[in-house]
Amino acid sequence: MNFLASIGRAVLTVLAHIGRLALFTGQALAGLGSPPIYGRLILSQIMRIGYYSLPVVGLTAFFTGGVLALQIYLGGNRFGAESIVPQVTVLAITRELGPVIAGLMIAGRVGAAIAAEIGTMKVTEQIDALTTLATNPMKYLVVPRIVAAVISMPILTAIGDSIGVLGGYAVSVYSLDFTGYTYLKNTMDFAHREDITSGLIKAAVFGFIVALMGCYNGFNSKGGAQGVGNATTNAVVTSSILILAADYVLTAILFHK
Amino acid sequence: MTAPTSTPKIQLIGVKKRFGSKVVLDGVDLTIEKQSSVVIIGGSGTGKSVTVKCILGILRPEEGTILVDGEDITHIGGAARDRVMKKFGMLFQGSALFDSLPVWENVAFGLIQGHGVPRSKARDIAIQKLAKVGLTEDVAFLSPAELSGGMQKRVGLARAIAADPQIIFFDEPTTGLDPIMADIINDLIISTVKDVGATALSITHDMVSARKISDHIAMLYGGRIIWTGPTGEIDNSGNPYVEQFIHGRAEGPIKMAVKA
Repeated sequence: MNFLASIGRAVLTVLAHIGRLALFTGQALAGLGSPPIYGRLILSQIMRIGYYSLPVVGLTAFFTGGVLALQIYLGGNRFGAESIVPQVTVLAITRELGPVIAGLMIAGRVGAAIAAEIGTMKVTEQIDALTTLATNPMKYLVVPRIVAAVISMPILTAIGDSIGVLGGYAVSVYSLDFTGYTYLKNTMDFAHREDITSGLIKAAVFGFIVALMGCYNGFNSKGGAQGVGNATTNAVVTSSILILAADYVLTAILFHK
Repeated sequence: MTAPTSTPKIQLIGVKKRFGSKVVLDGVDLTIEKQSSVVIIGGSGTGKSVTVKCILGILRPEEGTILVDGEDITHIGGAARDRVMKKFGMLFQGSALFDSLPVWENVAFGLIQGHGVPRSKARDIAIQKLAKVGLTEDVAFLSPAELSGGMQKRVGLARAIAADPQIIFFDEPTTGLDPIMADIINDLIISTVKDVGATALSITHDMVSARKISDHIAMLYGGRIIWTGPTGEIDNSGNPYVEQFIHGRAEGPIKMAVKA
């Protein structure tokens, strides 16, 4: 009986979380469409989320492109298909790895920072202070972060895609004896516009997920330092899982034949 | 609290609030007249902060009515809530300063965001308000993290009075301060409230502070207001709960939950 009760409690807890998240998302979306719009805050968040994340996204994209080229070459070598390295690399980078790697990196770097910052504001009553100063915390804290993440992520991903292809190029040309011209020509010829745009659409959705989960977990943090720590962990874990789940759903929708 | 002459500034009627199965407020009734200074006293966890947060709209009571200037604000939201919030100022227990903003912007925050005052004008007003709480202009450009606890309280007080609110709430204004700084803050509270012409509602368990800043005291216990009266009458309340609390006795009808 105790076992069944604990299962029931767990199910109710999960359902309560889903309900709270749905309400929070609804309030955030409602805030997107109504004034005031905090342009200055949106710009500063674009700097934090986008500009300052360029090094980490660029580095991971470069190494991902490089290792991808190497693996495709080694795998293709088994059935004499080494020449498909540029085509498969650009496809994998633009459609999948570019947005997903950028999303996961942003979840770790920015999602955690958002949850920690808002969580600390929650436990030190700064969010209550906003309310007493006639400022809606959803519009002041959540909306600018979501808007900035949705704008920044496709730009970061586009840059990451380019650097990823460059990583594949570097390994292929300097280690696998491809000629630079052939590699780039095959890349350009094979990559279609929808390969790139589908990745950028995914990136915008991943940006929304990261900012939303960071804000949601921050807003719901309780207690002191431990509560903020838990909020930060939950933000990164839930964002990462949701990014991978959303990736599957978006792939199924965008490439549905 | 005082003899009613007009519409009370704040009125709580049967306010109930629970968190899960824990009933915190169990029918709070309280009337605060215009320009009076009322202190709610009570032990830790008796619901003093919850009462104030219900008035501020940070928490929603399950039952009861909250009136401000005769207007029912219990369940209002959106623009109506924004309009009422402009009547309020609040000094938080931990000051709750925004650590990402310099001191002047903390003080001017409500003016800029809530009242649409241009930044340059709001900065001038912030510096004037800082002067009122005894802080010089150079403090205005520091970060809150660079200030001592007493200075942070002063900045919090300057922020609370920045927009000349009609009602100011003080949450444990002297907690964590040394006795001298606590007395300075008490004096500042009295002078600024009088200066602004505001109604003040404070919550504290510091009886020295409560006696000094209030003209009326209400005691919250068991989720209800169990005694109210003029500050001068609290020593002759005839209420054993109040007497135990104001004298800080371990023996008496109030039993503290202490886990072994």
